[in-house]
Amino acid sequence: MSEFVSIAVRQEGPVGVIELARPNVLNALSRQMVSEIVAAVESFDRDEEVRVIVLTGRGRAFAAGADIQEMANDDPVRLEWLNQFADWDRLSLVKTPMIAAVNGLALGGGFELALSCDLIIASAAAEFGFPEVNLGVMPGAGGTQRLTKLIGPKQALAWLWTGERLSAKEAHALGVVTRVVSPELLMEETMRLARRLAEQPPLALRLIKEAVQKAVDYPLYEGMQFERKNFYLLFASEDQKEGMAAFLEKRKPQFRGK
Amino acid sequence: MYETIRYEVDGQVAWLTLNRPEQLNSFTEQMNKEMTKALKQAGADRDVRCVVITGAGRAFCAGEDLSGVTEEMDHGEVLRTRYAPMMKALHSLEKPVVAAVNGVAAGAGMSLALACDFRLLSEKASFAPAFIHVGLVPDAGHLYYLPRLIGTAKALELAVLGEKVAATEAVALGLATTVIPQDRWEEEVRQFAERLAAMPTKAIGLVKRLLHESQEATFDRYLEREAECQRIAGLTADHREGVKAFFEKRKPIFQGN
Repeated sequence: MSEFVSIAVRQEGPVGVIELARPNVLNALSRQMVSEIVAAVESFDRDEEVRVIVLTGRGRAFAAGADIQEMANDDPVRLEWLNQFADWDRLSLVKTPMIAAVNGLALGGGFELALSCDLIIASAAAEFGFPEVNLGVMPGAGGTQRLTKLIGPKQALAWLWTGERLSAKEAHALGVVTRVVSPELLMEETMRLARRLAEQPPLALRLIKEAVQKAVDYPLYEGMQFERKNFYLLFASEDQKEGMAAFLEKRKPQFRGK
Repeated sequence: MYETIRYEVDGQVAWLTLNRPEQLNSFTEQMNKEMTKALKQAGADRDVRCVVITGAGRAFCAGEDLSGVTEEMDHGEVLRTRYAPMMKALHSLEKPVVAAVNGVAAGAGMSLALACDFRLLSEKASFAPAFIHVGLVPDAGHLYYLPRLIGTAKALELAVLGEKVAATEAVALGLATTVIPQDRWEEEVRQFAERLAAMPTKAIGLVKRLLHESQEATFDRYLEREAECQRIAGLTADHREGVKAFFEKRKPIFQGN
């Protein structure tokens, strides 16, 4: 994966780590950077050894929005041909659990990137916001949709209209952030969680993720039907047999993702 | 760079001197902004391991400059735009901060002193919770800090009666660390600051973080934060040095992290 220029990618055992690596521009999300992130995430997603993907930012920002220079002269026709947000759609198709370790500013596209992950662990110094409105535009990579589904329209509109930033603590209180940790321990705690999830039965994690995603979009009845199918499906796995046998034999299960 | 304050780093101590002695160091918009900037600068400077706030001339700080108060003034906006950033910068500064209260600390000047970690008082120092005399409530974080220092009952007495508190009385109330005799003022303030600057700075910062947390968090949450902070402290060179020095029966030499 040495072809990446905007990100740094490494694997620590079962955890794939993607670090946004343009700290001098606060990891502004250029189109190339987004393509690289998506390529790296998909590559990890296809790798059976990788059980959890962690996204973080180098320097004092997670990602402070889009690359404004790049889009200042865009017009709707060019944007349609570019179809840049298709990259973002691909992030929604990733099945491996993704954790955002938000080390600092997560603004605009940076906030959307964090929201695209399944869990968000935030440094106490992190800040979240959608400043697009101050430039006469609006979020375009899912911000209005994902934030609203998380915190409801009355809260979402206030933040999206004013462009004001949420502190990590506020974001946690609103349910945007899974956990807030001391800045010094962000990666240590994130990796601890990632390793813990990596020991869980991977098929169950994937089908749980899928079912929870449906819970956000489906009516309750359809969601419950979907959940049931995934529940049945897991009984086709070796991990289900191992998990239940280990429980009955009072020993620790060894999950293999099969 | 600064006009209404002086910012001097001497050794590992940053001295922030409110420097409008003719106006008893009262706050103007510029002074609020310069203090905010100076507090952030002291926080970011790795060589600074203790911050002292004091006043030039005979006052510590007389609070808001009333000559700038007009009929049209929106007091809420003044607090939001001028004082809140300053108080937040002070509140989040994870280094020991000493108020060297050289004279009267009135109104928001008193609030500034309350927000510091230590208050050293000169014999001429006094606190004047004067807000009530002009029909206002104590501001600049005043009633956040005051009850935490001296309890709700005494905080209410001070805020409502608005009586001046002399230096010795302030110590008895628990408002101050100590009173320093006039002839030893500068020397003892300096010694106190240098003593703090030689301590394990990171651990002091974490003590402050935990004390803040303990005001807000549930017990379970607090214990988790405590574990985090001890993990951080346990990784510092100062922790290793402290343990090593203990076994070698010598005084530890701390580097601050």
